[in-house]
Amino acid sequence: MYAMTRRAALFAFTACAALLAGAAQAQNALDDITKSKTIKIAIPTDFPPYGFVGSDMAPQGLDIDVAKLIAAKLGATVELIPVTTANRIPYLQTKKADLVISTLGKNPDREKVIDFTIAYSPFFIAVFAPKAVAIKEPGDLAGKSVAVTRGSVDDQELTKVAPPSAEIRRFEDNNATISAFLAGQTQLVATSAQVASTIMQKNASLGLEYKFLLKDSPNFIGVAKGEDTLRTRVNEIVMEARRSGEIDRLCKKWLGREPGDLPM
Amino acid sequence: MVALDFGAILADWRTLLVGVGWTLGLTAVSAVLGLLLGIAFAWARSEGPAPLRVVVGAYVELIRNTPFIVQLFFIFFGLPAAGFRLSPEIASVIAMVANLSGYATEIVRAGVEATPRGQREAAISLALSRTHIFLYVVVPPALRRIWPALVSQIIIVMLGSAVCGQISVPELTFAANLIQSRNFRSFEAFIIVAAIYLILAFLVRRLLRWAGPRFVFGR
Repeated sequence: MYAMTRRAALFAFTACAALLAGAAQAQNALDDITKSKTIKIAIPTDFPPYGFVGSDMAPQGLDIDVAKLIAAKLGATVELIPVTTANRIPYLQTKKADLVISTLGKNPDREKVIDFTIAYSPFFIAVFAPKAVAIKEPGDLAGKSVAVTRGSVDDQELTKVAPPSAEIRRFEDNNATISAFLAGQTQLVATSAQVASTIMQKNASLGLEYKFLLKDSPNFIGVAKGEDTLRTRVNEIVMEARRSGEIDRLCKKWLGREPGDLPM
Repeated sequence: MVALDFGAILADWRTLLVGVGWTLGLTAVSAVLGLLLGIAFAWARSEGPAPLRVVVGAYVELIRNTPFIVQLFFIFFGLPAAGFRLSPEIASVIAMVANLSGYATEIVRAGVEATPRGQREAAISLALSRTHIFLYVVVPPALRRIWPALVSQIIIVMLGSAVCGQISVPELTFAANLIQSRNFRSFEAFIIVAAIYLILAFLVRRLLRWAGPRFVFGR
């Protein structure tokens, strides 16, 4: 029984290795795109302001604009494929998408299964408040109250920089943090770009805006393993967009801030 | 086998101490105010004018038939919409006082109604006023009768204050949550906090049993 299981595992492993080797050899995504004049790009639809569904039911957001930009530069029409955080990498591995532009961060585990282009935008944690609250840097938090979710990265980063006289109010989860802030129990809120954007969408009259940065973590575009020609071409396009100010414009439009220093 | 590391929790003893302080402070304030309100409401329910009886009766039913956390969230998250913005600490005190007073009303009323008729009649024959009769003849023996039940209720409210951490009051459970969210030693954190609650409950019970006959209703 044990031996059979082992043999089965070995077989499965060999099969996987053969498949991966096959995938690594087939570097034809760029050719296919050029030929068919369409590109399939995986985008988020549940992650504002990076990707969400607008009132016209069409996807919109920073990642969607970047997808359209890249498709235009490649001379292809874009086919947007909505993905979730959990299935965006499998979509790439199974060739259901040519690129993943879905607020994707880079880490060693992911680098084993897919390739990354250079960074195109930041995902970040920051302090947010209505326009009327004058805050520019951590020191300005003195004597002010800030809502944050207890034990989150948001909490850790805020605790590092906040002056002792800042009143940090820690809540159980994101919903309690948002509720407390919206009820006016605190003047500011420290949270991720995504959560802040959701608040902005649902409570436009509040005039919530970005105040200062707590932590940046850049987003990269995912490419199937071994698709080096496509990756090189997309790198050129992103580099050009970064240089020309196109990325700056999109970041200001969707994130309310400059992209900052984006890594290669 | 889990390797227990209590040192990681106890290193944060200041946070725990602040937590104990808040838990005891909240309990002390709500016990005093809750008892006073409870006595007043018990009077209203047993001897007050008819409209007042109905209002207080409705209040008692409302408090006793809704969860404490809902009462707290209503005060903290709900009332700001009506223009009452309260700090988490004040909201917690109000919720705890309201909660205790609801239960204390019924406990005290049980004691009041158990007062023998002859005792009142004796007081009336001495020409005492109605207020005097209630405050000096009815309430003290009533409190003596129901004191153990009331002490239990105060302990329940103290343990219930664990919920106040949800709205960022730095009480004991909040302290445990904060510590375990930083070092992920949740097992040890909650063992220690459970032990602290046990000790606090024991001490508070002893203190109230001792203080009752001396300061509240006389021997």
